[in-house]
Amino acid sequence: MNLQVRDIDAGTAEEAAAPLMGNEAIARGAWEAGVRVAAAYPGTPSTEIMESLGEYPASDLYAEWSTNEKVALDVAIGAALSGVRAMASMKHVGLNVASDSLMSQSYIGVHGGLVLVVCDDPGIHSSQNEQDTRLFARFANVPILEPSDAQEAHDFTKLAFEISEQFDTPVIVRSTTRLSHTRSAVRIGPRVEQAPKGFVDTPSKTVTIPANARRLHPKVVAREAKLAQYFETSPLTVWEKGDRTVGIITGSTAYLYVKEVAPNASILKLGASYPLPEQAIRAFAGSVDRLLVVEELEPVMENEIKAMGIAAEGKVFFPRIGELSPELVRSGLAAAGLMDAPAPAISLDIEPMARPPVLCAGCPHTASYLALRGVDARVAGDIGCYTLAAVEPLRSIDTTVCMGASIANAVGMAAAGETKPIVATIGDSTFLHSGIAPLVDAVYNKADITVVLLDNSITAMTGGQDHPGTGRTLRGEATHKVDYETICRAVGVEWVRKVDPYDIGHLYQTLREAIVHKGVSVVISSRPCVLDPVKIKGTPLAVAAAGCVACQSCMNLGCPSITWTEDMFEGHHKVQIDPATCIGCTLCAQVCPTDCIQPVTQ
Amino acid sequence: MNAPATMPATTAQIQAAPTRNIMIVGVGGQGVIMISKVMALLGQKQGLQVKQSEVHGMAKRGGIVFSHVRFGKEVWSPTIAKGDADALIALEWAEGLRWLDHLKPGSGAFIADTRRIVPPFACRNRKTGATMNYASETPAEIVSRVADGYALDATSIAESFGDSRAANTVLLGVLSTTLDYPIEDWLGVIEQLVPKKAREINVKAFEAGRAWAEAAQADPSLRFDHAIAREKTYAKPQDFEVRLEINAAWCKSCDICVKLCPERCLALNEEQIAYLKAPEACTGCHICEWLCPDFAISVNTVSREPASA
Ligand SMILES: Cc1ncc(C[n+]2csc(CCOP(=O)(O)OP(=O)(O)O)c2C)c(N)n1
Ligand code: SF4
Ligand code: SF4
Repeated sequence: MNLQVRDIDAGTAEEAAAPLMGNEAIARGAWEAGVRVAAAYPGTPSTEIMESLGEYPASDLYAEWSTNEKVALDVAIGAALSGVRAMASMKHVGLNVASDSLMSQSYIGVHGGLVLVVCDDPGIHSSQNEQDTRLFARFANVPILEPSDAQEAHDFTKLAFEISEQFDTPVIVRSTTRLSHTRSAVRIGPRVEQAPKGFVDTPSKTVTIPANARRLHPKVVAREAKLAQYFETSPLTVWEKGDRTVGIITGSTAYLYVKEVAPNASILKLGASYPLPEQAIRAFAGSVDRLLVVEELEPVMENEIKAMGIAAEGKVFFPRIGELSPELVRSGLAAAGLMDAPAPAISLDIEPMARPPVLCAGCPHTASYLALRGVDARVAGDIGCYTLAAVEPLRSIDTTVCMGASIANAVGMAAAGETKPIVATIGDSTFLHSGIAPLVDAVYNKADITVVLLDNSITAMTGGQDHPGTGRTLRGEATHKVDYETICRAVGVEWVRKVDPYDIGHLYQTLREAIVHKGVSVVISSRPCVLDPVKIKGTPLAVAAAGCVACQSCMNLGCPSITWTEDMFEGHHKVQIDPATCIGCTLCAQVCPTDCIQPVTQ
Repeated sequence: MNAPATMPATTAQIQAAPTRNIMIVGVGGQGVIMISKVMALLGQKQGLQVKQSEVHGMAKRGGIVFSHVRFGKEVWSPTIAKGDADALIALEWAEGLRWLDHLKPGSGAFIADTRRIVPPFACRNRKTGATMNYASETPAEIVSRVADGYALDATSIAESFGDSRAANTVLLGVLSTTLDYPIEDWLGVIEQLVPKKAREINVKAFEAGRAWAEAAQADPSLRFDHAIAREKTYAKPQDFEVRLEINAAWCKSCDICVKLCPERCLALNEEQIAYLKAPEACTGCHICEWLCPDFAISVNTVSREPASA
């Protein structure tokens, strides 16, 4: 549940302070900088940036949910090359998808300013890894700004557009989950319109044929040096003089933890972590007895500082894995012999209860995976709410790699000679994101697999965003709605059936037929998500305790509305249904062998 | 030997700075963010810097939600360090226990609704006599172990005003007695943030929380609900014997039982006849018996005399 802070008057605010979440501050900064085109694919923790931008007037900027991150970046690139300020936003792994575009765009440069906002997820709150985007910035030779709080998120985003235009480069603004989802007061300002510059005919710059690319590459290397020079004196580089026994180089939210724990230390705060301002670092290092680098995740700055021949310590004291915290920074400083170890917290000897996330009561994915569990298949999974079916009680997904991997993973399993029936399961948003190309591959290469397309008509995992299969745009306008059956047939799938997962017997039967079919078969399991875009609530069901034999078959669904009672049958707990949360999908009643689950009548 | 160089004014300075650290925890949909918003605005009203940080990635799917609100003259870290929370407000009992170690030892206030939201995970054990895997500590036990504990059935109090969703406001009422801010400010913030039609209920809920806390402060025996005891235990697995028999002559290899056994303990042998592959995993739930179209399986759960002690 995200609070929406929309009470700032977008048009008139001169200089006002508003409490903004990091992501809202980024959106606000972009809007003030006069961004004209913004594109994104949702992904925690970046999603609210585009949701927030979508609230600003359509006359100010064009904003879209793109089909995937590469499309989003390409849209932004097209706009920037056409002379307006443009932005793409995504989560860290989204940049993997968009990286092909970024690598070339770095050579091409910009015309209107181009900013790429990437939100990392240290601690893996809701992602499949915790890769560090700063490594990508170096790889692509693109400057990267690292705000530490919402105010900086706002200010740095604005500045990023200036840097982009001044140095003819895309600029990455890197956020993290902590920054994106922390709210604090932000001084905001008005929007400053930028006159569109139009497209300039410069094929030697905008067409990356080898001859041009060879000319562009030296410019990229020269640009790196100019940027490093700029960061030497830019307000992004801040030297806070303090105690000289130790100097700490830091940035991003790590800076806040350092300030919290060691307010009097000498600090060199780097607002841009690539390219590094070498002279400033040397001068700072020379002014202190000992140099520490405190950064979250990879030792990116540390390694580069060491490569400059400057003695520095970092990851020996601070973890390379997971999210930093005041506690961890403190124990790192203690390990370095700079402070006392923190006093132990109260220990109460309590084993915390596990509360893993679960599929919603009535989630249509539940039925699809219960049926899959019944056919005993090898299941290549994908990423979405449905990934939760990988654990007990459904436990019916064997692999989850990254978005769009399932179908091609299944092709590979078949090629490797796996003997179980092979099924790929993929959500609708994921299918459109990166599932179509592998489906074409499967048909083309005559794979014998079944694809279950979990069509819940929304991008649910990230909080319910529209996509090309929902028939609505980011701004809520009606648009063409993708027809999955037509897509499947067009790429050559001969066996396609659409089923309602709430009819679990029919779904199970269809799945068995699909598996028997030789070649690629597609089962489209179609039923809206019960949470988004509208919360669905029907007549709840109730268990007639007298008839319940405590087999707990219904609990195989993992529905959170079903729990035990203290009433037992042959040593097992009978069950009950919470009427407040049950949405009346009837799945539990369908699997109950004694028919003791019935709608509540009144 | 040189003593390690110590940075000046570290711990002392942090402790001296009047930073308030409030942690709010619960389960998705309970209103954790609403309380955070109230606290943030309250801090702002006192002219303080405020940071509010939340983790809600899995909130929509019944996962845990927690929020850190910090306010003071100068607030750096968005998160509260372990052992640094002045107050921990738990909208759900077991969630409160999860974060107890964040409380300031010796002074932190623990304010928890005793209502349980039992996750399906807690009921995932088909063994005979299994007990629910929900936090077993009782309010009495916890309140006696923290510096300033309050465990109340805030949900029932809120229900008595007609809306269980105001439970979080009841807890705010309790919190208001442990912090030194004017009551008008609390009420002002609540009125500002709550939709018009819910205002009256929320003001009542807030006042009820205050009244409850004041009574509990006067009489410590009122700080928790004495009726909530440890969960009862049931007959132990060893008190039952599960006998599963398969009539090989009647089995026609359909493998329905193999596929639908919740514990996955059945399999087909080389002759394609069902057999109990993992007898230790069988819980005697009877599903295979009921689902077998040929009546080839029978399951008997017989209770036996408890083994002598
Ligand atoms: C490359 C990449 N982009 C974005 C994400 C974030 N993400 C995880 S699941 C998901 C959407 C899943 O939507 P859908 O496939 O429709 O499944 P649903 O959640 O609706 O069941 C997104 C955007 C990601 N993990 N990887
Ligand atoms: S949000 Fe929708 S798709 Fe996700 S678990 Fe809930 S019902 Fe299922
Ligand atoms: S009908 Fe059954 S499975 Fe569906 S939401 Fe209600 S309790 Fe859950």
